[in-house]
Amino acid sequence: MSILINKDSKILVQGITGRSGLFHTQQCRDYGSTIVAGVTPGRGGIHIEGIPVFNTVAEAVHYTKATVSMIFVPPPAAADAILEACDAGMDLAVCITEGIPIRDMVLARRYQEESRTLLVGPNCPGVITPGECKVGIMPGYIHRKGKIGVVSRSGTLTYEAVKQLTDSGLGQSTCVGIGGDPIIGMKFIDVLQLFNDDPDTEGVFMIGEIGGGAEEDAALWIRDNMKKPVAAFIAGVTAPQGKRMGHAGAIITGGKGKAEDKIRTLEECGVTVATSPTRMGEAMLAALRNG
Amino acid sequence: MNIHEYQAKEILNAYGIPVPRGRVALTSDQVERASKEMGGRCVIKAQIYAGGRGKAGGVKLVHVPEQAQEFGKELFGKRLITPQTGPEGLKVRRILVEEAVDIAREFYLSITLDRESSRYCLIASAEGGVDIEEVARKTPEKIHVFHIDPYTGLRPYQARKTALALGLTGSVCEDCVELILNLYRCCLEKDCQLVEINPLVVTKAGWLLAMDAKFTFDDNAVFRHREYPDMVDYSQLDPLEINAGKYDLAYIKLKGNIGCMVNGAGLAMATLDVLKEFGGEPANFLDVGGGATREKVAEAFKIILEDCDAKGVFVNIFGGIMRCDIIAQGIIEAASEVKCTLPIVVRMDGSKVEEGKKLLLDSGLNVQCADNLGDGAARIVRMLG
Repeated sequence: MSILINKDSKILVQGITGRSGLFHTQQCRDYGSTIVAGVTPGRGGIHIEGIPVFNTVAEAVHYTKATVSMIFVPPPAAADAILEACDAGMDLAVCITEGIPIRDMVLARRYQEESRTLLVGPNCPGVITPGECKVGIMPGYIHRKGKIGVVSRSGTLTYEAVKQLTDSGLGQSTCVGIGGDPIIGMKFIDVLQLFNDDPDTEGVFMIGEIGGGAEEDAALWIRDNMKKPVAAFIAGVTAPQGKRMGHAGAIITGGKGKAEDKIRTLEECGVTVATSPTRMGEAMLAALRNG
Repeated sequence: MNIHEYQAKEILNAYGIPVPRGRVALTSDQVERASKEMGGRCVIKAQIYAGGRGKAGGVKLVHVPEQAQEFGKELFGKRLITPQTGPEGLKVRRILVEEAVDIAREFYLSITLDRESSRYCLIASAEGGVDIEEVARKTPEKIHVFHIDPYTGLRPYQARKTALALGLTGSVCEDCVELILNLYRCCLEKDCQLVEINPLVVTKAGWLLAMDAKFTFDDNAVFRHREYPDMVDYSQLDPLEINAGKYDLAYIKLKGNIGCMVNGAGLAMATLDVLKEFGGEPANFLDVGGGATREKVAEAFKIILEDCDAKGVFVNIFGGIMRCDIIAQGIIEAASEVKCTLPIVVRMDGSKVEEGKKLLLDSGLNVQCADNLGDGAARIVRMLG
C-alpha cells in the first residue's frame, strides 16, 4: 500500500503541450506512471507522444476515467487550472507550477477546500510511490520501495533526504512534496494523517523550513495522534532574520517561524530531529530504533 | 516587493483614503520650498525601505522653512540605522515633507495574508503608532483579527465591527468603514501581500488620516502590474541583490567568505547550515532554481565573483533529472567565461556523476569534487583555512 497514488492511478496532465509539461510527462511515463490524457485548451483532438489531448479536464475525465491531475500550466492561468481540476471531480490534483499570485490562490484554495479534490502544491516537486507511480518532477532513481513516508516543503532538499534514506537502507512508501508557497493544499498534518493510517508505512521523515507555523502545528498533532516514529529536519537554523518573512504574518502566528522554535517544539513532541542536513538518514534510523 | 511611504500614500489617495498633504523632495532646497508651501510648520520624513525611522532620527517636526532645509541637508546621504536595516543602515535619497497634523487618537490597520487559513485578514488595534509585533506579544487581546472570505469579500458589517472595536462612533465610524472597504479593494486590485496604515489617526478636527503607510506587493503578480518595477528605488537595495533579481536568481548577501551556489531554496538553506556546522561562514544565499540550467549557473558565478568578500565557491547541485556531465560542462564554461581563479568545491548528484567529476578535474580550474554534502562543506572550509 501507499498513499495518494499507486500503480493503478490514471493520470492526466494539464499543460501537457508546454516544454516542461511534455518533458516531465515523458519522465513520469518512463518511470511507470499511467498517463492517460493531456489537457491544453485549443489543442483538443491531437495526440502528443501517443497521448490524447483534450480541451477541458471534464472531457478528458469523461473519455479516460483519469482520477489524478498533474498541473504544469504557467502562473497566470494555473489557479484556473486547479479550479478546473476540482470542478471535474478529480481525486487528486498535483500542481507543480511556481509563481502563482496570492490573490488567485486564495480563491482557488477556497473552492478546492469545499470540493472532493485533494490538492498537493503548488510550487512543489509532486508525489511519488517508489516502484509504482510518479506524479511530479523528482528524479525517480534516488527512491526505493519501502516503509518510510516522506513529507516535505522543499524540492531538492527532499531529494537529498530521500537519497540519504535510500543509502541508509530505508526505502519509501510514498514521498509527498507539499510545496513552499504560503498558500498550499495539503499541509503536513493532512499527509501525516494518511501515513498514520497506511498499514505499509512504518515511520515518517518530515522536512520543514523557516517561516509560518505549520511545523509546530504538525508537532502537536504528532504528539497527540501519531502511532509511528517520526524524524525531521528543519532547514534555516542559520538563515538571516527578516529577509523573506512577511512582516504582518509574524503578528498572527505570534512570533512563530524561527527554526530553533520549530526544532524545540518537534523535540518536545517526541520527534527525532536531525542536527545536521548530513545526518537525516541517521535520524530516521534512530527514530525507528527508539520506536 | 517594497515601495516608499510617499508612493504608498499616493496609491491610498487614489483609492479615496485621506493622507496628509505632502511633497517628495530630492534636494534640501526642494525640502525648503515644500516646507514653505505647507506654511513652515511641517514634518520631514526620510524615505527608506525600513521601519523604525523615528527612533533613528529620520523624522522631525520643524517650524520654519530654514529649519526644514537644515534638517534636509543633514538627512540627505546619511545612513539611517534602524532595527530593520541591519548594521550598515540605508542611505536617505528622498525626503517626504508633510503638513503637520494635530493628532487626537492613533490606530493600527492592515490587511495581509494569513497562511494558516489561506485567507486575507484585516488586523486592527487601538494601539497605533507603535511596533505592532510588540503589541501582539505583550497584549494580544488588543489586536482584532477578522478573516475575509474571498467569496463574499470584506463586507460593510465587518468593517463596521472593526471600526467599533477601535472605539470609533458617529461620523468618524462611518468614515472608517468606507476607508476599510477602500483599503480592501486596494489590496486586491494592487495584488498586495501587505497593506499597512500605522498609524491611522483621528485629527483634533475629527478627520481620519493615514499618517504612515507600508505596502508589500506580491512578487508573483508583477506580470499584472507593469508599473511596479519602475516604482522600485534601487538605491535602497544591495547592488548584488539587484543583479541577481535581473537574472531571476534568489540571492541574499551574507557576512562570510564562502560563495554558495545551490539549486533549490531548501537545499540552499541547508547548505548554509552545514557550512556553519563545519566552521565556515557563507558569503551569500543563492538559489539557482531547481533545474540549474547552464545560463543560470553562469549568471550565478558572475554574481558570486562580483562580491569581493567571496574567497572560494561551494557549488551544491542536486541535479536529479539533469545529467551531471551537462551541469559540469555548465560550471566549466561559466567559470572560464568569468575567469574564476578562486578555489571551487563542487558537490553534484544526479545521473552520470563520474563523467561530470572527470570533466571538472580535467578542466584546469582550481576545483575539487566532493562525494556528498558533508564532504563538500569540509573541503571548502579546509581550502579557505
